[in-house]
Amino acid sequence: MPTHSTLEAVSAARWRIALTLTIAMMVAYFGFILLVAFNKPLLGTAIAPGLSLGILLGALVIVVAWVLTWIYIRWANAHYDTSVDGLR
Amino acid sequence: MTSLGEPNLTAIGFFIGFIALSLGITVWAARKTRTTDQFYAAGRSVTAFQNGLALAGDYMSAASFLGIAGLVAVSGFDGLIYSVGWLVGWPIVMFLIAEPLRNLGRYTFADVLATRLRATPIRIAASIGALAVITFYLIAQMVGAGNLIRLLFGLQYELAIVIVGVVMLAYVLFGGMIATTWVQIVKAVMLLGGATLMAVLVLSRFGMNPLALFAEAQARYGDSVLSPGRLVTDPIDAMSLGLALMLGTAGLPHILMRFYTVPDARTARTSVGYATAFIGFFYLLTFILGFGAMVIIGREAITAVDAGGNMAAPLLAEGIGGTPFLGFIAAVAFATILAVVAGLTLSGAATLSHDLWVNVVRGAHADEREQLVVARVATVVLAGLSILLGITFKGQNVAYMVGLAFAIAASANFPALVLSIFWRRLTTAGAQTSMLVGTVSTIVLIYLSPTIQIDVLKHADAWFPLRNPGIVTIPLSFATAIAVSLLRPAPAEARRFVELERQLHLGVD
Repeated sequence: MPTHSTLEAVSAARWRIALTLTIAMMVAYFGFILLVAFNKPLLGTAIAPGLSLGILLGALVIVVAWVLTWIYIRWANAHYDTSVDGLR
Repeated sequence: MTSLGEPNLTAIGFFIGFIALSLGITVWAARKTRTTDQFYAAGRSVTAFQNGLALAGDYMSAASFLGIAGLVAVSGFDGLIYSVGWLVGWPIVMFLIAEPLRNLGRYTFADVLATRLRATPIRIAASIGALAVITFYLIAQMVGAGNLIRLLFGLQYELAIVIVGVVMLAYVLFGGMIATTWVQIVKAVMLLGGATLMAVLVLSRFGMNPLALFAEAQARYGDSVLSPGRLVTDPIDAMSLGLALMLGTAGLPHILMRFYTVPDARTARTSVGYATAFIGFFYLLTFILGFGAMVIIGREAITAVDAGGNMAAPLLAEGIGGTPFLGFIAAVAFATILAVVAGLTLSGAATLSHDLWVNVVRGAHADEREQLVVARVATVVLAGLSILLGITFKGQNVAYMVGLAFAIAASANFPALVLSIFWRRLTTAGAQTSMLVGTVSTIVLIYLSPTIQIDVLKHADAWFPLRNPGIVTIPLSFATAIAVSLLRPAPAEARRFVELERQLHLGVD
């Protein structure tokens, strides 16, 4: 039987990571949408032949989604699973 | 000239091949489907990689394949806003939902709510939200299937609807979740493979450089194709759509149900990683396919076949690979619809039989045999209903129904699910009213919005200004849950939160 405080610590750490990553994803995506809504000329800026800032940022939002899920999997596999096993 | 809409031998060949393979899978799966765990959850033996593909298969509907490629082909950059929006819910599913769901439930997301809240009222409210999402999603898929098959194969609309209904009934009825999962995996591999091949063929004409393709589109149609245009005019509406897409993904019953098919929470987590990778890759491909169709086929030729641009991907396939490739892509699109409809029907059957019949009507006292019989009866009813709905809504503009399904999922299912996992003081009454308010307010506001009032009913103006109600209904649903829970606290339910937290992290074993 695990002591209650340890479970609480594991739980708090898990949600701290999850909420931080959730907020990061929201900032990236809604930042992109707000730029589309409020600063269309900026996103139309050409940064290379055939590449506008808008297309680059759109693709980057997808890359950010990949990176954040990868960070979470790495963290959970390395730390969370071990602490949960310790509680059993 | 295009041979689209004429009977196409390769298309029919690939299509019959897919039906034969999927029915073969169903026969094999039927022999392994003896218990409710096997029928609803594939015996919890699906691997992370397989579930990643199946999740991607469930999510990448014909609407996202044909619709987004078409939108990019016709509007350029504006279409990309959707490509990005459809992916960003997946990290949220991973961070907040996947593992708790796997550890707390058995077959449906209502199981999670019933862990510490009163089962009967909570399951009834959750079923209303789930069935509303499934019904609107099914209508959009069935009507899309009828139109698509008519355009691609020249088959009659009603016949196409009946074929889809009967074949998917066979998968779900006999093969349950095992067949549905494997059909989904086959379809996901076909769709990802077909889209990748098409993108490579497009890029081979531009020295394998996407920027050369975009530059050609810019030279042909002007700078506007690479910058934001008319699609996002109202920032609040854009945020509202974004919220519904992001949080709705985490409230879709047929997606949530997949987390019960894996053996444990760790596998659930890894499977979302694979799904996010596949789905993101797929939406990046839609950049290439959309601009490819714009440059190789031409905007005018695309809108001449279908004003919405939905035939951009099939036309592109024909343009770069001839009739055989068109046939393959047409068969992929059909397979996509079949698989998504099967997934929706199975999750609807689980709601009707597991939540409503077994747990509400029979008070959780139903033996294995009865549960399976009821699940199969529910499957037949839902298949009949989807054929009926497909035929009823023939010729009507149902494009908004996918958005409506996401908005209900985000407003009715997501808030209650998240609060029940996070917030000790959530009560049965709070969750129940939140789900009902979320469902009803979303449907009412969509009805009063320009989407229905102006686009469908052709009125001059609309009472509610936003096309997407999420920015109102999602906070409203959260606020309702919190207010009702605080006004009438339920200390016994709050005490059970300790047990829920333990099970959430440690599982049932």
